[in-house]
Amino acid sequence: MIDVNRNGEVWVFAEQHGGRLEETPIELMSKARRLADTLGVKLAAALLGDNVKTLAPKLIQYGADKVYLVEHPLLQRHQANSYASVIFDLIHKYEPQIVLYGATVTGRDLAPRIASAAKAGLTADCTDLQVGDHQAAGKNGLLHRNLLFQIRPAFGGNIIATIINYDRWPQMATVREGVMPPAEADVTRKGEIVVEKAELSEEHVPLEILEEHKRPKKVNLKAARVIVAGGAGLGSKENFRLVWDLANCLGAAPAASRAAVDLGYIDRDHQVGQTGTTVRPSLYVAVGISGAIQHQAGMSQSQKIIAVNSDPDAPIFQIAHYKIVGDLNDVVPKMIKALREKGIKEEKLQEAVETA
Amino acid sequence: MAYNCVVLAKQVPDTKRITGRAMNDDGTVNRSALPAIFNPEDLNALELALEIKQRYGGRITVMTMGLPAAGAILREALYRGADDAVLVTDIRCAASDTLATSYILSCAVRKVDWDIVLCGRQAIDGDTAQVGPQLAEKLGVPQITYVEELVEIDGRVITARRNIGNGWQMVRTKLPVLLTVTGEANEPRVAAAKKMMKYKTARTPVELQQQIKADHHDADEATIKKLVEKRCAELKQKGLLIEQWDLDYLGADLTWCGRSGSPTKVHRIQSVVLTAKESKDVEPSETAISQMIHELIEDKIIA
Repeated sequence: MIDVNRNGEVWVFAEQHGGRLEETPIELMSKARRLADTLGVKLAAALLGDNVKTLAPKLIQYGADKVYLVEHPLLQRHQANSYASVIFDLIHKYEPQIVLYGATVTGRDLAPRIASAAKAGLTADCTDLQVGDHQAAGKNGLLHRNLLFQIRPAFGGNIIATIINYDRWPQMATVREGVMPPAEADVTRKGEIVVEKAELSEEHVPLEILEEHKRPKKVNLKAARVIVAGGAGLGSKENFRLVWDLANCLGAAPAASRAAVDLGYIDRDHQVGQTGTTVRPSLYVAVGISGAIQHQAGMSQSQKIIAVNSDPDAPIFQIAHYKIVGDLNDVVPKMIKALREKGIKEEKLQEAVETA
Repeated sequence: MAYNCVVLAKQVPDTKRITGRAMNDDGTVNRSALPAIFNPEDLNALELALEIKQRYGGRITVMTMGLPAAGAILREALYRGADDAVLVTDIRCAASDTLATSYILSCAVRKVDWDIVLCGRQAIDGDTAQVGPQLAEKLGVPQITYVEELVEIDGRVITARRNIGNGWQMVRTKLPVLLTVTGEANEPRVAAAKKMMKYKTARTPVELQQQIKADHHDADEATIKKLVEKRCAELKQKGLLIEQWDLDYLGADLTWCGRSGSPTKVHRIQSVVLTAKESKDVEPSETAISQMIHELIEDKIIA
């Protein structure tokens, strides 16, 4: 671990694959910028890979004051051992006070390994980050000021915990995808690129990647302005057609609760919730979804929520702005009819391809 | 060629079945009201270890760091085919975060001969998925996380398929290795009737002690101690004494255990109460629905 260092920078791990920046570092940058400003320190991005230097200016445009750039052929593909080793060295050389990672598969594979090696604290899957003070317990408890409040759901999403780390720095956290709005690029921003060399050998890359298959997601829920989501209440894959029809009417992305996905009504790419995608659309229409806390976790930040359910006690009604207690087989066609009468432009739904 | 596996398991409150009664009035979770279960993805890890044993041979040791009650999940592991079970229990383990937990578990794992350590991807109470990778780092071995399929083990080389979010990766590395296993990897088998018959009386020393104290509440400490020792010896002879280790037996450095070994601390806990700011009841009639759509258009929510 490093000593508590009030001048330490705020860092974001700039996750990239195949020379393309992932969405999560861009989402993290805007929040990280605010944290750095609050603490009065610099914001930096840690960019590792092979032939990725063209991404560095982009990170500066997204708000970084500095980019620590480490290029090496053995960093061409992400691997926990090699990436952890490089970031561990960077941390001990530059002593940031905060290091943030996206809670992606990569981030969750990497960050704990760094935390273990550095004997530093790590909080997983944060949904919010703030700066605050913590009074340690006991009569000699010190007041620790300006700590990173690492806010996250726990207990299956039934509680929200605020976690702090006041002595085993850096303070590290992985942040859930889609909970923070992405940073906007400012092409006039200037910053510094710090080139660092990595001493790596074959022993740093114990995993051999034989094959990799990635497929674009069937739907880009995070980018959707309007979402129509269906739950187990639809009753069958055939009846889930109602969700598609309503989505078409609204130019919306079709989505689903975990229950509907598990029942095979629609592909997992459409799943919204704690173990699916987190979305923040202008309008979220929940059809036949009971609204268990794990689902709410993925959509509660929607600007407006319409809920349709035959059960008046369904938890979804606690957060809905428009509560329709009724049979979805009756209500959804009525909604479609009302939309058509108002002359809403109906879009034939296309398979959305993830944008660059 | 046979491979010895260590499976790490955790006894967790069943957070998927939290009802009103499970929440206290002050918003905290009433853990004692929740049934304690075998962490689901740890069952997937055990299932993968059983697959390795079936295909290649070797022994499976299941370990858990927990309260005395965690003996229950060790029995469940034995019912499914684990060969040995170990309870790591010590009051000084309390308040351990993932760093301290992975340290304690690394001390325990080092006590046995092993080729592969398997963990569930994450536990349903902490939901961090951190202990696996942190344990791998402490043991100084590579990690393959999000394992969905074991392809093969050929000599000292293991090939596995892992989930990378929107796709998968086939990876290969040399043993020893740590795997974290997802819920999608397999369908955990149910307890085998014959093994249940054999192991249902298996106990940890602390469970025996609790039982004997309850049965002989008038007896003094020395008598209790003797009865416990006798009972332990009887069970051990039948292969039914579950191993129990404390931090002294592990040779653990107490600085890295429990609260003092945990960099992350809880500042505050709030129960999740999500409410919409303003909400309207909308009748399921054409008129009311039409009115709602009209409002949303006015507010420019619908284009």
